[in-house]
Amino acid sequence: MAVIHDIIPAFELFQPSSIENAQALLARYGKDAWVLAGGLDSFDWFKDRIKRPGVVVDLSQIKELRGVRTTSDGLEIGAMTTLTEVVRHPAVREKYGLLPDAAEAAASPQIRNQGTIGGNVSQDARCWYYRGGWPCYRAGGNICYADTPTGLNREHAILDADRCVAVNPSDSAPALIALDAKMVIQTARGEKVVDAENYFINPGIDITRMTILQPGDLLTAIRIPSTWAGAKFYFEKVRDRNVWDFALVNVASAMVTSGNTIQKIRLAVNGVAAHPVRLTAVETAVVGKPANEQTAKMAGDLAVRGAKPLQHNGYKVPLMRNLVMRAIRGVPGGEAA
Amino acid sequence: MNLIQWAQNPWGQQVPLHISWGLLWVSAIGALLFLIGHAIYVKFLAKPLAHSDGTAVASGIAAQIPERVARHSMGARLFHLIMAIAMLALLFTAFLPKVGVKFAWVEYHWIAGVVLTVSIIYHIFHATFWLDFWSIWPDKVDIEDASRRIDRALGKSAPAPRKFAKYPLENKLYHLAVMLGGLTAVLTGVFMMKRVETPFFTRNPYLFGDMTWGWMYVLHGLSGIAFVGLVTVHIYFAIRPEKLFITKSMIFGWITRQQYLEHHDPNRWPAEEAASESAHPKATKVPA
Repeated sequence: MAVIHDIIPAFELFQPSSIENAQALLARYGKDAWVLAGGLDSFDWFKDRIKRPGVVVDLSQIKELRGVRTTSDGLEIGAMTTLTEVVRHPAVREKYGLLPDAAEAAASPQIRNQGTIGGNVSQDARCWYYRGGWPCYRAGGNICYADTPTGLNREHAILDADRCVAVNPSDSAPALIALDAKMVIQTARGEKVVDAENYFINPGIDITRMTILQPGDLLTAIRIPSTWAGAKFYFEKVRDRNVWDFALVNVASAMVTSGNTIQKIRLAVNGVAAHPVRLTAVETAVVGKPANEQTAKMAGDLAVRGAKPLQHNGYKVPLMRNLVMRAIRGVPGGEAA
Repeated sequence: MNLIQWAQNPWGQQVPLHISWGLLWVSAIGALLFLIGHAIYVKFLAKPLAHSDGTAVASGIAAQIPERVARHSMGARLFHLIMAIAMLALLFTAFLPKVGVKFAWVEYHWIAGVVLTVSIIYHIFHATFWLDFWSIWPDKVDIEDASRRIDRALGKSAPAPRKFAKYPLENKLYHLAVMLGGLTAVLTGVFMMKRVETPFFTRNPYLFGDMTWGWMYVLHGLSGIAFVGLVTVHIYFAIRPEKLFITKSMIFGWITRQQYLEHHDPNRWPAEEAASESAHPKATKVPA
């Protein structure tokens, strides 16, 4: 159970200067090793004494993991690039404005200065039963305390729940899915590149993980292809406190229009399932239609089809519907529909 | 390795969560070692099987035994097939994710569990009211003959064991183990379905306390890993040359007259004619 302490229990700290060295350390220490990026997720676990790794591999000294690079087909962002660097980078702002919008909404300036894009997409669930150290499904147990008759589940999943009802808390994740980003992973067998939407994992497949990263794997970079450069973007995050908080629901879309007709679109939401949800049915349904109120309503209704709210999160259904409608209409800010 | 994984619940109780999944390997490797040992024993050490002459069949009686002796009815064979498919599906869906093959297994697992449960309920009624219920249970003769076989295997002087009834003692003991494991898995599994989304129940994870749930998961897990070993051993015996006639009878429903006379005692298992021999009356009992 969570007991807040000021001092983190001792561990052996390694600060490798290359990806190869980091991987060698992870291979040597196996499940006893913990990968540290910005530390904003990790230190919570450590201070609460819920995760007590013997070895911490801090990636902050690996220069090749930092920075934004222009490639022949878009951008490559090092996994250890801070959210602030992502927000401020001119090339990112110019062509892929969706990502800075999402990264800027992630948290306070101090957190964005420390938090990394790789850490933001790879962070663990924020369900307080899980973070509290209770032996729930995600922690290897046999119950979901949030999905019980007396569970507090206002922030939990309305889609794709499978025993565990925790949600993915990342803001940058749906933006990366909308941009059709590729995640570059270094495994013991070499480099692996996966679509952003396939980087995340459903609890039905593995209830103890949020991403496909296996012990020893490292997310090294995120590649954003030029496919959606300069498209019409929309990001909106609804949270309890606008100063900084995790999303109740967020939405990200990249849309190409001809006149007012939607030619192509990628749309993703987060905060509604254990993984960011790409709304492929909505994407298919709205292509060729005008980006107007009628299309938006159809898209919103389609987006929430199959939603199963828990006792206290029924509000997420209209919230998600409205955010999808706003993404289709492309109305930034303003009152919810 | 802890045999059971424990944790502290929100009420401060130490409760069991489930078995250690390392036991899966104990069961699998144990079964493999057993069958390697058995194969070596049969190949190099075992003495030829000898039966007592007291159960020899008079030639007149033997002539009345049909060419094909009915062993398993169509209902029994279908049950076995369905149960086997369900059992393999349960084992694969339960343990493949534990060894690294990740997929959404829960729905397939409980569907296979429902199939197994229904087939077992059918089997209980079928065996009780339509089959010879006691034929699968070890009896006094089985125990005596087992003792004789052990004595003879150890080189001691003992009378030759008699021929088997419908089922050898090994089959009966295997059935007993499967029955215990199966009923444990089914009973705990039915309750565990209250914890996941199914069309049958409204979810209620608080149906029992954490301690009761924990032991239920432990028992379910234990029966599961027991079945890894049991199924491995079963498949091994099913493909052994000297047991193939039993396996074939589970497919075709009958054994030959020669196999019947060689392995079975007509006094303990009266022969019935296989239904496929349509020229003759169906299931004619032949006096021993």
